[in-house]
Amino acid sequence: MGQIELSQVTKGFGDVTVIPPLDLRIEDGEFVVFVGPSGCGKSTLLRLIAGLEDTTSGRITIDGRDATDLSPAQRGLAMVFQSYALYPHMSVRKNIAFPLKMAGVPEEERARRVEAAAKVLNLTSYLDRRPGQLSGGQRQRVAIGRAIVREPKAFLFDEPLSNLDAALRMGMRLEITELHQRLKTTMIYVTHDQVEAMTMADKIVVLNAGRIEQVGSPLELYRRPRNLFVAGFIGSPKMNFVTGPEAARRDAATIGVRPEHIGISRDGGDWKGTVGVAEHLGSDTFLHVTTEHGMITVRAGGEVDAAHGDTIWLTPDPAHVHRFDAGGARL
Amino acid sequence: MARRIPTARKTLTTAAAWTTGLVIFFPILWIVILSFKSEGDAIAPPLTMLSAPWTTEAYTTVQERSDYFKHFWNSVVISVGSTLIGLAIAIPAAWAMAFVPGRRTRDLLMWMLSTKMMPAAGVLVPMYLLFRNFGLLDTRIGLVGVLTLINLPIIVWMLYTYFREIPGEILEAARMDGATLRSEILYVLTPMAVPGIASTLLLNIILAWNEAFWTLRLTAANAAPLTAFIASYSSPEGLFYAKLSAASVMAIAPILILGWFSQKQLVRGLTFGAVK
Repeated sequence: MGQIELSQVTKGFGDVTVIPPLDLRIEDGEFVVFVGPSGCGKSTLLRLIAGLEDTTSGRITIDGRDATDLSPAQRGLAMVFQSYALYPHMSVRKNIAFPLKMAGVPEEERARRVEAAAKVLNLTSYLDRRPGQLSGGQRQRVAIGRAIVREPKAFLFDEPLSNLDAALRMGMRLEITELHQRLKTTMIYVTHDQVEAMTMADKIVVLNAGRIEQVGSPLELYRRPRNLFVAGFIGSPKMNFVTGPEAARRDAATIGVRPEHIGISRDGGDWKGTVGVAEHLGSDTFLHVTTEHGMITVRAGGEVDAAHGDTIWLTPDPAHVHRFDAGGARL
Repeated sequence: MARRIPTARKTLTTAAAWTTGLVIFFPILWIVILSFKSEGDAIAPPLTMLSAPWTTEAYTTVQERSDYFKHFWNSVVISVGSTLIGLAIAIPAAWAMAFVPGRRTRDLLMWMLSTKMMPAAGVLVPMYLLFRNFGLLDTRIGLVGVLTLINLPIIVWMLYTYFREIPGEILEAARMDGATLRSEILYVLTPMAVPGIASTLLLNIILAWNEAFWTLRLTAANAAPLTAFIASYSSPEGLFYAKLSAASVMAIAPILILGWFSQKQLVRGLTFGAVK
């Protein structure tokens, strides 16, 4: 079981309020991603759940039990840190066994469970090495091993992949998702990378300045962002925003169109523009087009022959135009 | 980019460095030479003294007149004892200051350091009275206590600097893994800080070994360490240079040997974290 509920939780450091009153419910077995720009309070929120920071007010319950004043160890959660935070003086085996040792698990069972965790994570041949002798990806796996060996109620991940290079990050992303599917344990994952959020989450919590902007499944957020912030944050490349008469024509203060929802033509369309930069990825072509409504990014599928200086016409797909009012809320 | 230095300048700098080193080392060298001369030759003009025959006579006399090994053992007990007790107090103190600093942590550290700025003579009388009234005069336990207190600020400061180099996330990971405060310090922090703790230990043993203000004033015969042993050869009735030199060499030799063998550890500890 791993159902976590935050009610009216706040956190302040001195006079600075990092988290204004916040409510959130995380169901058992869910993969929840906290995403937001740096400084939005997502890591603080995770640390509040972990018990590494004390709440200023409010209540945190884990499986219905009040955990607000419990120590990190008593909460039964495991955490994977950005810096891996492995014990450098211990072998991989001892690192993974450490939580079991602290829990007073007998040595034989400890050895058995470490072997099992190592097998799951392909670490068997590295068990006697020190963390310093491992690569970044292997270290991250050891950190995960140390977390799973305890069979916690929930896993907390604090930007676990940001120290890895791009290729490794993709591999680890898959591994963590697979791990979740196999263990079916609640996972809370903090990242500033919306691609990680979109690909891994059952439920995304978008945070901004300590406030929850929107909670929903990745596709819900993609299809129906509740406000300009979420609309701009979810999706890559970023949604295009147009204000002025083009927006007024659609009874909105701002309209938003994702790069993939804009059609291009050489002959005619809604907005005329000049291609600035054309990025050819093979599978996609991203065109950065200067129009009278500002710079518009367009995602054209496949290989498109467009070069700097070409004149093209853009037509937003009316079914996918998002409308926002002057306050930034969705209409 | 390496700078190109002219050979002439390089030679000059090297010569200057060697000269400075020799000048600083000269008194020690002189003491070692004197300790191997007879008492009569030791007071002769330098050139006569140098050409005089070598003898271990001074050492034999010193060992006959006073029990070197008793003083040696006192020095060991006092310096090692005060350092170990100091570490036991300072490790938790430095832990608290490095990992859960409060608003006044820096002030507290400065205050601790400021106690080192006070001249020891300023508290000689109260200390002496305390020692007398508690029956601690000329006891090893009394000296261990006073040296622990004297060196505690330095131990805390050194450990504090080392601990600050240890990423807090590792200790948080230990907390998440269910470690109590005791296991956190015992299994995670201390092993990681071993280089720092080792150099603190060595430096403080050396400081305590050489401490000569309190050890001279608070001991007579029973608890007197090697510093008092040297001092007993500088008497107002007339100096016996050879014997005084021999006693000095015998007193500094153990700590010099310790320092020599641990210099790698000492340097590593003192520059710990300087370059990352």
